[in-house]
Amino acid sequence: MPKSNVTFEKLGITVSVPAGTRLIEISEKVGASITYGCREGECGTCMMKITSGMENMSQRSVLEDKVLQENMAGRNDRLACQAQVLGGEVSVKA
Amino acid sequence: MIRIPDAVEIAPGTHWIGALDPGLREFDIILKTANGTTYNSYCVHGTNGVAVIDTVKESHADEFFARLEQVARYDEISTIVLNHLEPDHSGALPELMRRAPQAKLYISAKAQLMLKALIKSTDLQFNIVKTGDTIELGGRTLRFFSTPFLHWPDTQCTLIEEQNILFSGDVFGCHFCDPRLFNDQVGDFRFSFEYYYAHIMRPFREHVLEALDLLEPLPLALIAPAHGPILREAPLSYMQRYRQLASPLLHNEIGAHNKSLLVFYISSYGNTARMAQAVAEGAEAISGVRVSLYDLQAGGDLPFIDLIEEADGLAFGSPTINGDAVKPVWDLLSSLAAIKVSDKLGAAFGSYGWSGEAINMIEERLRGLKLRVPIKGVRAKLIPTDEELGRCRDLGKQLAQHLTGNIENRVISMSELLASSHA
Repeated sequence: MPKSNVTFEKLGITVSVPAGTRLIEISEKVGASITYGCREGECGTCMMKITSGMENMSQRSVLEDKVLQENMAGRNDRLACQAQVLGGEVSVKA
Repeated sequence: MIRIPDAVEIAPGTHWIGALDPGLREFDIILKTANGTTYNSYCVHGTNGVAVIDTVKESHADEFFARLEQVARYDEISTIVLNHLEPDHSGALPELMRRAPQAKLYISAKAQLMLKALIKSTDLQFNIVKTGDTIELGGRTLRFFSTPFLHWPDTQCTLIEEQNILFSGDVFGCHFCDPRLFNDQVGDFRFSFEYYYAHIMRPFREHVLEALDLLEPLPLALIAPAHGPILREAPLSYMQRYRQLASPLLHNEIGAHNKSLLVFYISSYGNTARMAQAVAEGAEAISGVRVSLYDLQAGGDLPFIDLIEEADGLAFGSPTINGDAVKPVWDLLSSLAAIKVSDKLGAAFGSYGWSGEAINMIEERLRGLKLRVPIKGVRAKLIPTDEELGRCRDLGKQLAQHLTGNIENRVISMSELLASSHA
């Protein structure tokens, strides 16, 4: 199965995960300080920054894109409850 | 109390049209309101249009509409501004929009979702405004300032440029009901002002400072908040007080670049206390970290909350008694909603007799409060061994290294992560 390495920069931890894993599944286990609200991509609470490797992330869904726009997200922002890692190296600011 | 049945002119063509709620004794569960509160709403007359700034709680809508009707006809209302969508300010909005269907509604970008959640209408029309946007009413210009998280994501302030009147929403407000309305005429509300900051704005103090940077340069003649007295006497002094309240009390003697780690503990037989000492020793071995050790048995919540607000890292030591951490630990951990703790570093440790659940429970609570908890805590059965005290020193050292940014990146697999519950 393809793997992806997700680095939580503030924690100093890199987790090797199967491709397709959502960031929420990793961040909660690793103790990262990403805040979650609805966990369903509607509230925008878990908006966080991808510092590198955005090309290795899933495309924004229509719902995620809408919520990100409503929250005036930058192009490196994603919802951790929605975004999946698809392979390669990804770093997040958390 | 003096009743004021009429709308009150606060400046030429600008009226207070809010509602008084003298009987309220508790606001939003969390706040005591010893003499009630007010829901302040305002009406601004220009030569080309009339604006209503904020509404009131639904239960007080009749009072609000009665005052509005004294100063404006519904068909001349061109503009409705909501600085904050909490129900005590948006409660009368649906009825106002029904009575003045031609009026355009102006809200912040972050208010959209809340508006849709509050007003279940499919054809809701509204306009988004941000800092710098203006609306002309004819001789009266409304200018908007985005001031998010004071105390909801949606909050904004609105200025009448020609009169230097700031409609501030909840910020600079307080729960204090006095029909004399103006700060130079009402009773002593200083306690209410500070109490309101401490319970509503304090968790968002970084945003308070950002908003002050935006608002302090304005030559304000009057601040008209959404609750409590209208600040016309020395309005800028209330901003200065906010800056004091939102700033750290003292500078850190050992330098702003140093990080602060607080080690809290409570101990029945001295075992958890020895572990706390070892955590502190381990952390002190790393330069650039100021370590403070506190026994929870000796203190109430309040001074510790002040300390925690300023700290970068928190470690909690608790024995496990009947499968739980002890009450003083939970008392403190349930009192932190008044300050911002997210993103601080957290850890737990403790001695136990049978099972030692306290450590995991504290760690879960810390994660629930959005702290980073990257290092698994240390448990010791009854009297800690030298090896266990060594692990406590190592915990302290690792915490200090995290705080100073001197950590080596670790690589683990998802299955290892799941097995350890956290890394």
